[in-house]
Amino acid sequence: MTEKVIVSFENVSYTYPGSGKFALKGINLEVIEGEWLAVLGANGSGKSTLARHFNALLVPTQGACLVGGSDTRTVEGQRFAREMAAIVFQNPENQIVAAIVEEDVAFGPENLGVPPEEIKRRVERALKETGLTDLAGKPTYALSGGQKQRLAVAGAIAMQPPCLVLDEATSMLDPSGRQELQQVLWRLHSEGMTLVSITHRMEEILRCDRCVVLNGGSIVWEGSPLVLFRDEDQRLGQWGLEIPPLVAVWKGLVESGIISGEAPPVLEEMVSALCP
Amino acid sequence: MRFLNHLTLGQYVPTGSVVHKTDPRAKILATLSILTGVFLADQWQVFALWAAFLTIVVVMSRLPLSMVLRTARPVIFLVVFTAVIHLLFSQGTPIFRFGILKVTEEGLRMAFKMGSRLFLLVIFAGTLTLTTSPTELADGLEHLLSPLKPLGFPAHEMAMMMTIAIRFIPTLLDETDRIMKAQLARGADLDSGGIIKRLRAFIPVLVPLFVIVFQRAEELAIAMESRNYKGGAGRTRMNPLVWRSRDSVAFLTVLVVTVFLVFLNSRMSLV
Ligand SMILES: Nc1ncnc2c1ncn2[C@@H]1O[C@H](COP(=O)(O)OP(=O)(O)O)[C@@H](O)[C@H]1O
Ligand SMILES: [Mg+2]
Repeated sequence: MTEKVIVSFENVSYTYPGSGKFALKGINLEVIEGEWLAVLGANGSGKSTLARHFNALLVPTQGACLVGGSDTRTVEGQRFAREMAAIVFQNPENQIVAAIVEEDVAFGPENLGVPPEEIKRRVERALKETGLTDLAGKPTYALSGGQKQRLAVAGAIAMQPPCLVLDEATSMLDPSGRQELQQVLWRLHSEGMTLVSITHRMEEILRCDRCVVLNGGSIVWEGSPLVLFRDEDQRLGQWGLEIPPLVAVWKGLVESGIISGEAPPVLEEMVSALCP
Repeated sequence: MRFLNHLTLGQYVPTGSVVHKTDPRAKILATLSILTGVFLADQWQVFALWAAFLTIVVVMSRLPLSMVLRTARPVIFLVVFTAVIHLLFSQGTPIFRFGILKVTEEGLRMAFKMGSRLFLLVIFAGTLTLTTSPTELADGLEHLLSPLKPLGFPAHEMAMMMTIAIRFIPTLLDETDRIMKAQLARGADLDSGGIIKRLRAFIPVLVPLFVIVFQRAEELAIAMESRNYKGGAGRTRMNPLVWRSRDSVAFLTVLVVTVFLVFLNSRMSLV
């Protein structure tokens, strides 16, 4: 299988206007079509700045960001990037535009000039994917936090972007809301959508294909989540991250020889390893 | 929650009636026509005919009459007040005296006229909002005002502002409530003293509210841009407005009724 690069950062640096320091510095990163990439980093490490480069809300001050092969610094490239990548933001409250659920999902496709019949089909499909079909006609304020964030995902996928970026999309949700959202992401990933999960919650990356760690605007580590937890527990602290409790337990069990090496630190698998 | 529902969806009560299904542009134009007609009326027979017409519309809309009448509740005080003022302070032939107060024939007539006029205006406008969702109203206004676009009138922007305002009213009410509770917990005294003191006490609520509003507005703008919003040009709608022949019939009917009643009124005032 040939790997297709969908987004590529080439030595990207970014400085906010009027700010003296780099928010991103020398980023080199390729996102492969269909993968689930996690971006980890403490507060202020540049995660949101990176996210906003995916659909040209920001463009590099140095280097280049290619989305679907075209440079986001060009007008054409910017328009293209907006359609290639959609972002779900942290606060679900501030990305809902319409007072009614289905009208909000329709907002993106309407802006793209999609014909009405096609909008209806897309809205229906997006609501189904996110499990919101029954709430289609409900007022948006009446939704729970988890439902609001799923609505934001529905609004994003209704634009049918090949790539979905989630900027700390779970951070304002309660545990059940977080789980609802993770399940939706799983489904989208299994259907082939490229996902970029930005987070500082370490337990959310266990199922990702690959992760990169941002620190002070630069990528300081890249590899599989499993290896990150196994080999880098010293440095995680320096980067302002902490090892998830589940992984700590797993490591403890491996060190004391109760279970053996490579089992991925997922609760169900740990339980079945301990109680065969 | 019911209170919030009220604010979010305006007063819209869907029943699926013909009145509900009529194009919002037709309904807005018809309402404007009716409001003009009612405003010009000053004969009690004409008011009675307008009331009869209102009843027909309400029956067609399948809304309970009591619900429609209730839309006048916020202004009922104004209606009564206006009527009483006219009743007591008009010059003319006294009918009877009550201490220093006197009721004149002209006063009685004026009171009835102003009261009925105001009441009918409010009820007709209320019927529009009961039968038309805020989104339809915004879309309708955008279309009706779009001929002014070449003159620089921001028709699309106005409609989008209306939509967002409706969307954010409940959120901001929640937010206000939260800030008030937080300030109360810090010992703020929000409801004692005279009006000036109370207004001053509200500053610690208003300041954080403004900060939050601006932050939300900023984030919302970025989210909208991220969702490909570029203003009204090139935008399509999931439910585009379609003007059907029945909309023309509805509007023309109302127009004919208005012209007839205005004409009738002017004939009667000559007598
Ligand atoms: N609008 C802005 N103007 C100036 N500096 C900013 C702005 N937004 C973020 N920064 C700075 O850029 C750096 C990275 O921020 P951000 O990408 O938001 O980090 P994260 O999302 O990882 O918390 C921080 O040092 C932050 O202070
Ligand atoms: Mg951030």
